[in-house]
Amino acid sequence: MEKRVTFNEKTLPYLLVLPQIVITIVFFFWPSWQAIYQSVLLEDAFGGNTRFVWLDNFAHIFQDPAYYRSVMVTAVFSLLVAGLGLAVSLLLAVMADRIVRGATAYRAFLVWPYAVAPAVAGVLWGFLFNPAVGIVAWTLRTVGYDFNYVLNGGQALALVVFAAVWSQISYNFLFFLAGLQSIPKSLIEAAAIDGAGPGRRFWTIIFPLLSPTGFFLLVVNVIYAFFGTFGVVDGLTKGGPARATEILVFKVYNDGFRGQDLGGSAAQSVILMAIVILLTVVQFRFIERRVHY
Amino acid sequence: MVENRPWLTVFSHIVLLIGVVIIAFPVWMTFVASTHDAQTMLRSPVPLLPGPHFFKNYREVLTEGYARTSGIPVTIALFNSMVMALGICIGKIIISIIAAFAIVYFRFPFRMAAFWAIFVTLMLPVEVRIVPTYGVVAGLGMVDSYSGLIIPLIASATATFLFRQFFLSVPDELAEASRVDGAGPIRFFLDILLPMSRTTIAALFVIQFIYGWNQYLWPLLVTNKESFYTAVMLVARQATAVDATPSWNLIMATAMLAMLPPVLVVIFMQRQFVRGLVETEK
Repeated sequence: MEKRVTFNEKTLPYLLVLPQIVITIVFFFWPSWQAIYQSVLLEDAFGGNTRFVWLDNFAHIFQDPAYYRSVMVTAVFSLLVAGLGLAVSLLLAVMADRIVRGATAYRAFLVWPYAVAPAVAGVLWGFLFNPAVGIVAWTLRTVGYDFNYVLNGGQALALVVFAAVWSQISYNFLFFLAGLQSIPKSLIEAAAIDGAGPGRRFWTIIFPLLSPTGFFLLVVNVIYAFFGTFGVVDGLTKGGPARATEILVFKVYNDGFRGQDLGGSAAQSVILMAIVILLTVVQFRFIERRVHY
Repeated sequence: MVENRPWLTVFSHIVLLIGVVIIAFPVWMTFVASTHDAQTMLRSPVPLLPGPHFFKNYREVLTEGYARTSGIPVTIALFNSMVMALGICIGKIIISIIAAFAIVYFRFPFRMAAFWAIFVTLMLPVEVRIVPTYGVVAGLGMVDSYSGLIIPLIASATATFLFRQFFLSVPDELAEASRVDGAGPIRFFLDILLPMSRTTIAALFVIQFIYGWNQYLWPLLVTNKESFYTAVMLVARQATAVDATPSWNLIMATAMLAMLPPVLVVIFMQRQFVRGLVETEK
């Protein structure tokens, strides 16, 4: 879509786009190029010697069992965060859409976790499950289940998943609710008159009509699980115990800033960039399709 | 309501109430922890109801801070967060609205190139290019400064798109009429377009304020001096510091203070918040 009416100025439009473009070049394009460039260099930590090593950094990554471990952790983590987050928020949205009384109050109570920083969410959940003073950990211990996320890798991963889902529920809930409210009531009424019960109506009418929203949210949630959860992990487990919660984003940070392995970290960045670009393309193709719906 | 099924309605309320309780429980425990003294919070099980030390704890973190991990009072961190959040959100809105204005209302060479250059930044979140971006910022001498916290984060493809969409929906007659009346582009922008964009700006403001306030990885990288720490950073640092007898009451008071501003914004500007979220789609 284009405007018919435009203004004739030679320099003004350039001045107007200049700030955005300058910032984009300096802080997006240049660093991205640097990431690609560094990924083919071997550099010592003090920046003294730099050697061009072709794809050695990538080769190292793909031979490193720790990297595959991180890929596995990320896969399990993203699957759980996206799956659990979507299922829980869909349930809540369907329930909130059904009731008449108190719907706004419920909505108000369900949306504000969006405003809590993921890093703070990590700290909050860490406190609840703290092995020494956590109230939930204490309750579990009294019923005979020993929960210690500081030592047990599986439990640490479960906790990071909970905290990440908690942070993301509001977002999913709002989109599902908007999706539900846009489904024509006449369809549901017609099905009810034909004798379909609530469960039948949900699976044969509501769920299929909601699937575009669901697919959009799936992509957003996977992107969130991959990149938005750095704060949750850093505020809760710092990748531990024994790297059980070291997702790929956290490994880039850990190897680059803690480990000072700049080439390896840059190569991991490049791999991650490829993943985000892929996910974004999927997302946009889908949005394009939804426009024609 | 299609039909009356009282049991299903009761079930819906129960599910929603359980949801609300699970959502609110961590924050309730944080609040409770922030109102007791340090000894109470080291004995398990910790209390479930608030205690008498509310004012004492909050005064302590606001004026002195949690001395064991960092000496700075939380007031300074809150101020830093506020500067960063407002800087990011106002900066984003300004540079995006003028860029969208240029792209929609002018024809100039490289217009589409500019558009695509902004567009592809959607694909590169800061998390995937942290080391080189840090290198650029360090090279520019922006470590430990407000400009270092703010400027790298203010380029925004989503805000530019949102304004572009909105400008495209503005009737052409308005621009035509102001041209006939002899108004230049700047006059048209300030007197007509800007007032019309109020609701879009408000929606973006809410979303971007929360985005800015909750930044974590970036401030972690570009701040070394404690005097530039943000509130969110402070909470995470205190909670994960290795400490045999942590003062959970103070850590949690800090967490409450770090959560409060964005939560208040969501609660009091809920309409703009929902609008902003749905329209920016991210």
